[in-house]
Amino acid sequence: MTAQEVAELLIARFGTAVEAAPVEVHPGVRVTPEAWPAVARFLRDDPRLSFNMLRCISGLDLHPEPQIELVYDLIAMRAPEATGALWSCGGELAARVRVARDGGRVPSVWDVWPAAEWHEREAFDLLGVGFDGHPDLRRILCPDDWVGHPLRKDYEFPKEYQGIPSAAAAAEDAGGCGAGD
Amino acid sequence: MGWIQNRFEENLAITSLDWALNWAKSNSLWPMTFGLACCAIEMMATGAARFDIDRFGAGAFRATPRQSDLMIVAGTVTYKMASRIRRLYNQMPDPKYVIAMGACTIGGGPYFKYGYHVVKGVDLIVPVDVYIPGCPPRPEALLEGLMRLQDKIRQGTIARPAQPA
Repeated sequence: MTAQEVAELLIARFGTAVEAAPVEVHPGVRVTPEAWPAVARFLRDDPRLSFNMLRCISGLDLHPEPQIELVYDLIAMRAPEATGALWSCGGELAARVRVARDGGRVPSVWDVWPAAEWHEREAFDLLGVGFDGHPDLRRILCPDDWVGHPLRKDYEFPKEYQGIPSAAAAAEDAGGCGAGD
Repeated sequence: MGWIQNRFEENLAITSLDWALNWAKSNSLWPMTFGLACCAIEMMATGAARFDIDRFGAGAFRATPRQSDLMIVAGTVTYKMASRIRRLYNQMPDPKYVIAMGACTIGGGPYFKYGYHVVKGVDLIVPVDVYIPGCPPRPEALLEGLMRLQDKIRQGTIARPAQPA
C-alpha cells in the first residue's frame, strides 16, 4: 500500500486525529499524541497494513517553532514464501507525532514495537521529549548527570564536565575560534 | 630506586646500570589494550603480522592495567569514558608511559568544534609522553611513536626521576 492509501485508511478509521503528511522523501501521516497508541497498534495489527517493524525514531527540533516532531519510520516486513527466498517489503510509512518543546510528552509505544524502547530513550536524552509509560526512561548516550539536551538547536555547550574543560571554555579564553557556536 | 635519587651531584652518570635498566625498560614495553575507536584498528594492524609491534618487545598486550607499563590511548575519549581512563591510569604501576594516538586524543580531532561529548585531548586527563598525529595514524607512525618513546626512556637515569607527575 502506498502512503496515501494508508493515510486514507487511517483517516477513515480515526477521523481528525490523523492527517496525511505527504513529505516527498518520506511520505506518511501525522498523528496527534493522544491517538498515537491506538493508531500504532492498528498499524501493526491490521492485516492490510501489518507494519511490524519500527526501523527508527527520528526527532526533529522545529526551532524557532516551539515544537518537536518525532518521525517513526515503519516498514512492513513479509516473511519469505519458500525456504531460501528473501524477506520482502510490504510498504513503508513515516508516522509523525508533534509535541511541545518544553515538557512535551508522548505515549510510549514500546509494547507495540520493542525497538522503541531504546529509540525513545535516545529521543529523551538528546531532545528532551518525555515518554509516558516507558519502563526505563533514562539517558542512553550522555552520562546520567549531564545537563541539557545536546541535539536541541539552542543547546549551549558546557564549559566543563566533572572538572575537565571543554572546547567552549577554551574558545572563551582564546577569543573564540568558533567552538560550539 | 629511592635510595639513589638526588644523592649525588647533577652530572654523575651511572652509566652501565642506567644503560642496562633503560635498555630493559624500553625493549619490553607491555601495552594495555586500550582501543576506544577507529585508531584501535590501526593498533591491531600494528600488532598483526605485517607491521609486528612484537619485534620491539611491545607485543604482549595485557588486558589488565596492573601488568602493563604503556597505555596507548587509541581512539576518541568521551566524557563518560574519562573517569575510567583516569582510574585505569592510576592503577598502572610505575614506571608508566602514555602514548596519545590519533587526532582525537591529541586535541579532540574532527570532533573539536561540535562534539559536545568529546574530551578535547586525552592530556586533559592523563599526562602524555608521546603524541602521534594522524586520523588514523598509519601503523608505521605508531611504530615511530613507540621508538620515540623508547628514545625518551633511554635518556632517563635512576638518579633523577624522569617520570612526569
